[in-house]
Amino acid sequence: MTRQTVKITAGLLLLIATSSCVHLKEYQKSRLNDSEMALTNRKAEKNELNFQSYEEAASGANAGKTGGGCGCN
Amino acid sequence: MKKRYLSVLGFALLCRVTAFAQTRPDTGVFAKHPVSLYSPVDHDTSRSTGYSPRALHIDEIDLVSSYYTQTGDHSPVTGGIGTQQVTDFSNGLNLNLVWNNWANNKNTLSLGLGYDHHSSASAGYVALNGGSKTGGTRLYPSVDWTVENAKTGNTFGIGAYYSGEYNYKSKELDVHWSFKTADKNGEFGIKLQAYLDKVTMILPSELVHPPATSQPGTTIITTASGNVEILSASGQVLSNTKSSLPTSDRNTFTAALSYTQQVSERLQFSILGDAVYQNGYLGLPFHRVYFIGQDTAVVEKLPSSRFKLPIGARMNYFLGDNIILRAYYRYYMDNWGIRSNTASLEIPYKITPFFSVSPFYRYYDQTAARYFAPYQAHSPTDQFYTSNYEYSNFRSDFYGIGFRVAPPKGVFGWQNLHDLEIRYGHYAQTTDLVSDVISLNLGFK
Repeated sequence: MTRQTVKITAGLLLLIATSSCVHLKEYQKSRLNDSEMALTNRKAEKNELNFQSYEEAASGANAGKTGGGCGCN
Repeated sequence: MKKRYLSVLGFALLCRVTAFAQTRPDTGVFAKHPVSLYSPVDHDTSRSTGYSPRALHIDEIDLVSSYYTQTGDHSPVTGGIGTQQVTDFSNGLNLNLVWNNWANNKNTLSLGLGYDHHSSASAGYVALNGGSKTGGTRLYPSVDWTVENAKTGNTFGIGAYYSGEYNYKSKELDVHWSFKTADKNGEFGIKLQAYLDKVTMILPSELVHPPATSQPGTTIITTASGNVEILSASGQVLSNTKSSLPTSDRNTFTAALSYTQQVSERLQFSILGDAVYQNGYLGLPFHRVYFIGQDTAVVEKLPSSRFKLPIGARMNYFLGDNIILRAYYRYYMDNWGIRSNTASLEIPYKITPFFSVSPFYRYYDQTAARYFAPYQAHSPTDQFYTSNYEYSNFRSDFYGIGFRVAPPKGVFGWQNLHDLEIRYGHYAQTTDLVSDVISLNLGFK
């Protein structure tokens, strides 16, 4: 992934973060409250994240493990 | 007169809507009443005082099982060459207990227990002749208590975790907070974690110093569990002892920050950032390295500290009525010279409101750590050295599909089983490591 892609992604994220957000009432959150919309890992993803953290050097910023467990081979 | 009869009949029917509402019968003393025009007289005087604690009850039980299989030919146990074949069967049970206290704050106690059994072909080569034990188990219980303020929605919690396997013990403690913004559309989160780990110093058999009593010409075999077997030149077992192996510390301290924002009725995102500091023994003692032109191995050597800085973002968007876009990006850097990008996209498609199919793709790349070199590529003058391909330059692709069923009347009509999810993924690195994983999640209420 090129530096330009990283910059574009970062710019998009910044744009979203600084954009004015609509004040939402609870009754307007039916879609946001859908279980598929949760901003978390799926429960079934837990072991995928584990093996990725063992086989890849990068970890973190995904609510996964940053240490502990597995003296893997 | 006819109109009056019809009005009375209509009102009576409305009052009986409750009988057909999709609510489970709740026999709890403080059970919520279904929405209805009919409101029964409340004979419980304790409720009229405004004090309405919710008794301790099981909110949810989750069972996650996975089967993982892997092949490859760059095992660090054999110096960056040799089989990486692994199979792993893991099971995790999580129990959530919920109650409200005197101030009506919601308390959640999560109890977890995980059990993995794995078989790793390369573990056999801790002994030079491949005779070490290849199987192993890991047990990992966890506990977390979180309290949520009824008025503000802010939370505070503490947790603990333990993981134990034959060569690695880990203890973790954490404390976490979350704070909602004034309009409750945003939330800040912070989590502080400390892992205090012990690495058992299991060396490759050929690097174990011979016992003082051993005779010349004998062969020494160590196993992952710490057995030391001495064989005569003819292959006869002279002694078999289980020695107490020393351990080394490895500590990990993490500060994880997050911010979540609901942007519109269809869009929400979160920004995540961790600062991770590790110190202690950061390699593994049975990972071999072969220097240029040498057939004798040494143990990998890595710095005794590492600082990691991953920064990520998630963005979920509800497109139309059936499609959801779940996007994730992470940039990672550390002081060992590794830079990495991770990007993933999952697109759940709701075939019905209660059944969805979710194809996904994850891209990953990383640059090599400055301490990595392949088999027989390190110089003896290097200060630090490893041939673990986890620290090499590579990219990986991970793709697959998930199916999720969560009908209101329960999966297969079983009311207690409210959620079933199956997920399969295929993973391939440019190092030739390939793996497959299939997971099943069952959610019980």
